[in-house]
Amino acid sequence: MAKEEQDRILEEVTSKEYEYGFVSDIDSDTIEKGLNEDVIRLISEKKNEPAFMLEYRLKAFRHWQKMEMPDWAYLDIPPIDFQEISYYAAPKKKPQLNSLDEVDPELLETFNKLGIPLEEQKVLSGVAVDAVIDSVSVKTTFKEELAKKGIIFCSFSEAVQDHPDLVKKYLGSVVPYTDNYFAALNAAVFSDGSFCYIPKGVRCPMELSTYFRINAANTGQFERTLIVADEGGYVSYLEGCTAPQRDENQLHAAVVEIVVKKDAEVKYSTVQNWFPGDKQGKGGIYNFVTKRGICKGDHSKLTWAQIETGSAVTWKYPSTILKGDYSSSEFYSVALTNHHQQADTGTKMIHLGKNTRSLIVSKGISAGKSQNSYRGLVKVAKNAENARNFSQCDSLLMGDKCGAHTFPYLEISNNSAKVEHEATTSKIGEDQIFYCNQRGMDTEKAVGLIVNGYVKEVINKMPMEFAVEAQKLLAISLEGSVG
Amino acid sequence: MIKITDLHAEIDGKEILKGLSLEVKAGEVHAIMGPNGAGKSTLANVLSGNEAYEVTKGEVLFEGKDLLDLSVEDRAKEGLFLGFQYPVEIPGVSMINFLKIAHAEHRKYRGLEPLSASEFLKLLKEKKALVEIDSKLTNRSVNEGFSGGEKKKNEIFQMAMLDPKLAILDETDSGLDIDALRIVAGGVNKLRRKDNATIIITHYQRLLEHIVPDFVHVLADGKIVKSGPKELALELEEKGYDWLTR
Repeated sequence: MAKEEQDRILEEVTSKEYEYGFVSDIDSDTIEKGLNEDVIRLISEKKNEPAFMLEYRLKAFRHWQKMEMPDWAYLDIPPIDFQEISYYAAPKKKPQLNSLDEVDPELLETFNKLGIPLEEQKVLSGVAVDAVIDSVSVKTTFKEELAKKGIIFCSFSEAVQDHPDLVKKYLGSVVPYTDNYFAALNAAVFSDGSFCYIPKGVRCPMELSTYFRINAANTGQFERTLIVADEGGYVSYLEGCTAPQRDENQLHAAVVEIVVKKDAEVKYSTVQNWFPGDKQGKGGIYNFVTKRGICKGDHSKLTWAQIETGSAVTWKYPSTILKGDYSSSEFYSVALTNHHQQADTGTKMIHLGKNTRSLIVSKGISAGKSQNSYRGLVKVAKNAENARNFSQCDSLLMGDKCGAHTFPYLEISNNSAKVEHEATTSKIGEDQIFYCNQRGMDTEKAVGLIVNGYVKEVINKMPMEFAVEAQKLLAISLEGSVG
Repeated sequence: MIKITDLHAEIDGKEILKGLSLEVKAGEVHAIMGPNGAGKSTLANVLSGNEAYEVTKGEVLFEGKDLLDLSVEDRAKEGLFLGFQYPVEIPGVSMINFLKIAHAEHRKYRGLEPLSASEFLKLLKEKKALVEIDSKLTNRSVNEGFSGGEKKKNEIFQMAMLDPKLAILDETDSGLDIDALRIVAGGVNKLRRKDNATIIITHYQRLLEHIVPDFVHVLADGKIVKSGPKELALELEEKGYDWLTR
């Protein structure tokens, strides 16, 4: 950072009164704990953002201050002290290790079980890597290929610099900062994230995931994603990675916005495997995510597919607003909780246009002492003629100390709507396990097999390359939950 | 092959097997008959290691090894197969995938690599023909939506795939129509060899018309009360069990 700039920031920051005793240490690239308007100004400044961004952040912050943390979810969360968090840290350099011998053996074991290639293990665990996988060059070739088609795929920060008009047009258009407590917080302080724009009539030639596999490990605490598919465009996007993600930050509040125009299609898949806390329920990530897409034009389509096995607390309801006539949306979800994990997750399907369709397939798996809730809303507006919804919510219980709960909400304002809801709760059968045992499989393998059968409908919706890993991930997450 | 000596076992504190002894040698087929509640299914479950049952006394040697010391899956991989009376459904898991994993586990136990996909499919095809099972069944989820007859055929098919040393068939004939019975029995007969053995647990004599046993045993009140040649089955059919248990 230039000397003049440093001085200017220092001047600006120190010439104000701080309610919370805010001190900025500009030698390092991390801001002291605490949150106030100056922190927000500083974040925006450090990122060299245009004025509209700062304005947006400040409005969001002021709104957030008037809000209260929601408590309606079936979650037991200790109070979070928002002043105890540092809201800006430049991407931390991970401690460089010289070889895999220095990596936590437990982590390596999990990598091996997932079948992650050796070179990739090194990248994910922070070992210096030679030329075999050069993520920079991978990224460059990748970008060139996309650029030829006019696809923009970059970090949110780059998008703010290089495509401010697009950002300005779509930021907050699906999830306004007024939407909820965590969305407001994210809008005020978000660090970075991804931006993707698919131009008219372009089909993205690859899953936007290969690149992410390496890079997702470094995503920030307050991530912001914006995906826009223009008319007739198509993209399949995968967020996250199956490798275990260790993160120092306990609170995560991400926002994902997706805009799907006429005849366009977006498929958004998530694998969430944040640290769930240990077996005693200590530690773990609190994951408060707002994900929403709008099927803006006629015949547009948005598909959500997610596998959630991580985090101590998950609060997440990927939703679709079906605005265009004949637009459709599908939601496929597996949420697995073990030990002391808690998940309150589901979806919202808001039918506004005519002849809109939605499908919900939710598979909950609870083990250990965990609590797993499905919460879903199907709303059909007055003018949404001939809306159709089918929801299937299944819960699988393992053992007798866990809980599964279903909270379906229906708001139907049009008589032509057809809405169906099916729910089942089952226990993994001793007899099923015995049957598998008798055919030569040990109990862990048997449980993995039975669970994977149970979630097959959802796994089939995941991008191919991740389907196999996702299956292994489920088995690993259930280790020690039977027997 | 297997030598059971003075076996006692209980479930929920209730003693079911009360000192059962039986020896089956390689190449033999034994039929165990007996009235309801005699302990026939308990014997099948105890030998395969179902943890719902507790062995309180006795010894079982399988190929010279202490069977009771092994886990359910190790017993299976040592070559003990149980044809279930009520085969269990596993939704979402295809029969092919299920067998592929089971087969690979058996091979791993013997220090062998799993078969390649093409080798496995070849084996599958071969065994399917042997037990006359429909291709459609193997593509469906394990036992899901199978008719009673299909489930039993599927048990024999799995037996053919896993090629056990000792197969225990628990009431395999129950719920079968005459055609299915013929196919199931045909499968078992084709799998009979000098180096394997079969224990058939049955209520009725009619299965034994198709699978001819070397020995017939009557199990009543937790013990073998009478053993004899195959003709014993006919005698039982005629006289019932009462004369033996009184």
